[in-house]
Amino acid sequence: MVINETLYTIMTAAVSIMLIILGILALESKKLISSVIYLSAMSLFAVLGFVLMKAPDVAITEAVIGSGLVTALFIFTLIGVTKLDKKDNQKAGDTK
Amino acid sequence: MKRIVSILLVVVLGYFVYTSLYVDGFDMAVSDNRQTSISDAYITKSVTSENESVTYMESTDLENGSANIVTAIVTDYRSFDTLGEVTVLFLASIGVSMVLAGFTKKYQFKMKTNRILKTGARLVVGLALVLGVYMFTHGHLSPGGGFPGGSIIGASILMMYLSEENFRARMASFKWMESLAGTVYVLIGIIGLFVATYFLENFLPTGTVGALVSAGIIPIVYILIGLKVGSEVSGIIDQFLTEEVAS
Amino acid sequence: MIQIAGLILILIGLYGLITKRNIIKMIIALNVLEIGLNLFIVSVGYVQDGIAPILTEVNNSSGLIFVDPLPQALVLTAIVIGMGTTALSLAFARKIYATHQTFDLNEMGVEE
Repeated sequence: MVINETLYTIMTAAVSIMLIILGILALESKKLISSVIYLSAMSLFAVLGFVLMKAPDVAITEAVIGSGLVTALFIFTLIGVTKLDKKDNQKAGDTK
Repeated sequence: MKRIVSILLVVVLGYFVYTSLYVDGFDMAVSDNRQTSISDAYITKSVTSENESVTYMESTDLENGSANIVTAIVTDYRSFDTLGEVTVLFLASIGVSMVLAGFTKKYQFKMKTNRILKTGARLVVGLALVLGVYMFTHGHLSPGGGFPGGSIIGASILMMYLSEENFRARMASFKWMESLAGTVYVLIGIIGLFVATYFLENFLPTGTVGALVSAGIIPIVYILIGLKVGSEVSGIIDQFLTEEVAS
Repeated sequence: MIQIAGLILILIGLYGLITKRNIIKMIIALNVLEIGLNLFIVSVGYVQDGIAPILTEVNNSSGLIFVDPLPQALVLTAIVIGMGTTALSLAFARKIYATHQTFDLNEMGVEE
């Protein structure tokens, strides 16, 4: 399969720019949950980058792990923490 | 102030890396002399023997019969390295369960499930499991392999946890599968040491490149890696979803 | 071009590790660094107009120009290991929150 040369250049440029923008957003956004979602989106663009560099094995692995499982683990941590907060508040309310 | 100093530090570091990589005409992105580099030996499968070319579905009895060259490197040429990586993942999973233990455990993670999630998960979970198994049995022919296949199995277990409210995977059988797979992996290596010359050597006949039953021990090793990675990922997810209940 | 993007992502991750004081943000910075490093390593093996390193019915001979498979094999395992270390550090973060009620390193040392 032959991809047009200029199309390839445009796609690599777009993927690179989106990777950098999403990386900065993932670190600088105020809420933790949106930062996790930006990390997941950045992982998806990394999958596109791996496909453009002709690495299908790495692309499949990154698609499953980077944007699926790691995001799920981050979100479960954040949900568990908010639950912990609620439980503490209830305990404080009981003692008062 | 701290922010400016750190930006300055990072920029200086980036400048040094950039000059050491790209100035003096040293362009790493395009390598011209691929024919003389070591990776060409991996592609023509002539690392230890002399070999001119490989043709799909015609060449037989090479030193390594895998059509997917990345798989050939991961499970044959660098198989000892892969054994170490699987051990690191096993240690990470053990560490997660040791850190998160401490209280008596009880399944308490309740998310509100809705009808769309339940019906969709019922449709997708079986397909995802079959896709994972397909991926690590065909690891020597098509992209994929044991690592993504095992992760897909873990992801389908995660989907079951999310869609069913009182679902709890039987972790004991996963632990059995994991330790069995690891033990068989090491045993295959020791058999290679005794039958042939070195640890984890490919001692079975390699067959035709591209056939489903080919490549010697590579499919067996990748199936074992898939089972091990799948049970480890499922164990990590189970630990994260099981909540501590101080009773 | 993706190679330079990978380098810049490594630098962004380092910057985040230096400046951020929130544990979750630090783990996210570590992940950004890891993705950038993986992109860089894979891009080193890219050959102009190369094809993916799999023999199929279409690309059926080893005389064709393939992409270098060795960096891909290294990155394939590194991604899975990265997921394991991320899970371990998130477990530690959860334990830290259970004892200190905060993710922020600056507020942590103050005990009542």
